[in-house]
Amino acid sequence: MGLPVRLFDAVIVGGGGSGMRAALELARADLKVAVLSKVFPTRSHTVAAQGGVAASLGNIDEDNWHWHMYDTVKGSDYLGDQDAIEFMCRKANEVVYELEHLGMPFDRLAGGKIYQRPFGGHMRDYGVSPVPRACAAADRTGHALLHTLYQANLKARTQFFVEWMALDLIRAQDGSVLGVTALEMETGEVMILQAKATVFATGGAGRIFAASTNAFINTGDGLGMAARAGIPLQDLEFWQFHPTGVAGAGVLITEGVRGEGGYLLNKNGERFMERYAPNAKDLASRDVVARAMATEIKEGRGAGKDGDCILLKLDHLGEETISKRLPGIREIAKKFANVDPVKDPIPVVPTCHYQMGGIPTNYHGQVVVPKNGNPESVVPGFYAAGECSCVSVHGANRLGCNSLLDLLVFGKSAGEKVIQDLKQDGKSHRALPNDAGELTLSRLARLDGQKSGERVAEVSADMRRTMQQHCGVFRFPDLLTEGVRKIKDVAERVSRTGISDKSRTFNTARVEALELDNLVETAVASLVSAEARKESRGSHDRADFHQRDDANWMKHTLWFKQGSRLEYKPVHTQPLSVETFEPKARVY
Amino acid sequence: MGDVDRVRWRCRRGLLELDLVLGEFLERCYGGLDADGRRLFDELLEQPDNDLLDLAMGRSEPPPRYRALVAMLRGAGEPAPM
Ligand SMILES: Cc1cc2nc3c(=O)[nH]c(=O)nc-3n(C[C@H](O)[C@H](O)[C@H](O)COP(=O)(O)OP(=O)(O)OC[C@H]3O[C@@H](n4cnc5c(N)ncnc54)[C@H](O)[C@@H]3O)c2cc1C
Repeated sequence: MGLPVRLFDAVIVGGGGSGMRAALELARADLKVAVLSKVFPTRSHTVAAQGGVAASLGNIDEDNWHWHMYDTVKGSDYLGDQDAIEFMCRKANEVVYELEHLGMPFDRLAGGKIYQRPFGGHMRDYGVSPVPRACAAADRTGHALLHTLYQANLKARTQFFVEWMALDLIRAQDGSVLGVTALEMETGEVMILQAKATVFATGGAGRIFAASTNAFINTGDGLGMAARAGIPLQDLEFWQFHPTGVAGAGVLITEGVRGEGGYLLNKNGERFMERYAPNAKDLASRDVVARAMATEIKEGRGAGKDGDCILLKLDHLGEETISKRLPGIREIAKKFANVDPVKDPIPVVPTCHYQMGGIPTNYHGQVVVPKNGNPESVVPGFYAAGECSCVSVHGANRLGCNSLLDLLVFGKSAGEKVIQDLKQDGKSHRALPNDAGELTLSRLARLDGQKSGERVAEVSADMRRTMQQHCGVFRFPDLLTEGVRKIKDVAERVSRTGISDKSRTFNTARVEALELDNLVETAVASLVSAEARKESRGSHDRADFHQRDDANWMKHTLWFKQGSRLEYKPVHTQPLSVETFEPKARVY
Repeated sequence: MGDVDRVRWRCRRGLLELDLVLGEFLERCYGGLDADGRRLFDELLEQPDNDLLDLAMGRSEPPPRYRALVAMLRGAGEPAPM
């Protein structure tokens, strides 16, 4: 074997918001940093974020980090770690101002201060009334953030490896992480990128669901690599859904459509929300609407040829209102649903949006796993930040605009921790184990050698369908049990896929097969964890256990690939400097 | 043919909407482009995601040399005329 090896102080896998924030910290400390990205960094999924980044700047109304912290703990349905949440909310202003100084084009008030707008769940006085806390750059916050960080990284001489895909983690005998194997797409060459510190910032795995707002690149590669290397995945039963994504496409239809008088129908043309929420009807909160939609579909009243969607009717509003009050909706519906909403209803389904779980880390960005009775023993040399990590600040449910904040705060703190660790113990690279790269080579050899494997697209579609039907926004016990069996079946099939294209350069078929290896780890982890959690909390909503059960379930799930085994670990209820926020009913 | 593969990968973007629009375009239109058309498409793919989506959704107008391509992009999400 003997793969070529390149040496760095730090390798960062992922060029989205979190990866580039970590890279900036490291490059400014004059470390030799490589950032790998499957796509050009500014085309990372962070570009999709429109709403903004949360920080209690108090530029419009009085605000402070205590209130922000309370909202985040409550939003997490008390599964979030309160030390990490305090850390994040206290750091928010600092990271936002740093971004401002780097040139981020935030919207501004007349006096020049950063403008802030209200956003769901962000309140003043410990949950009393809404406070403007979201800092945005028009409707292009994510785009502006990526461009700002990219320019700053170029200045700091970060080395970008664009269109490189990391394939596997390399660990030493004692468990320390020594780098990754990676595929250069243009040449098809595989290499070892060896580093004193490896930071994962690979984003979420939203593509495990049939209905997803996530771009195709969101395949949870970091989670798959970690799981294959024996690192557990945390809290993956928690996925945030949006009630109305276009069926089959995933593109979001704003809640504003229902605000303007649009409503939902089942296949019989019944306005079913009247049964579930007699007063608020179609304007009930997101989870109530999504649960009602899922129930209609499960009970056989879904519309469409497979009975798996709901109809969003707005033609009664008239063409003029639709164009005036809901600009863009008509074009979106025409383009992605093939219907003109002026005449016909839009088929919609509850759609996966955000992954709360991920690779377990502490608030320094260090990856932590159970070892010798310590539930959070640090894995030397391994760090993670952003949506692929589970710090856990979002717990069972993320508040809007807290995710971009998470990228900035924990991207930075992971960078700081790496610098500190390398100062203490980073003079030279450790020797690679003899079998470094073997797992990767055997995976590639299998794909190249497979004669008559099943098609990647088919197995992948079955995975997404299984997740959607069995582990969606509202969870039924019979479906969960059957789902666990089905998803394990799918995982079996993934190990036998074949590709007909064996070329080397930009072999998208090979990349998609390798991505499926990662997706399926996340999918199995999610279904197995969801089946086991016998309560409802945040986004995990069960028909048979409809209450939160703090006595038995206020704990984090850890899923291990080996034997698809589960363990649990305690929630950090002790903040850094303030008193614990004790669990209360989560009502808004 | 290596070129088509490269273009196919570069159609993977940060915005789901673009994955869908560009994917359709690859299926239905890319094969019919001549060398100049393909070169222009390559150029167009260099645009930031949001600008490209604005063009595809008709929220902004392209410079003259992209007009024909963008017209195809705009049609790409609709059912094929039979
Ligand atoms: C439609 C939408 C709107 C949103 N709006 C908001 C909002 O307004 N506010 C908010 O706070 N949050 C929002 N979110 C959530 C937020 O955008 C994401 O959680 C966040 O951007 C994730 O950033 P990241 O850095 O973790 O990963 P990403 O931005 O997804 O980046 C992942 C990076 O990893 C790279 N990568 C992945 N796998 C590999 C591999 N194997 N090898 C090499 N590179 C790899 C990719 O190329 C990419 O560069 C929104 C999400 C969606 C879907």
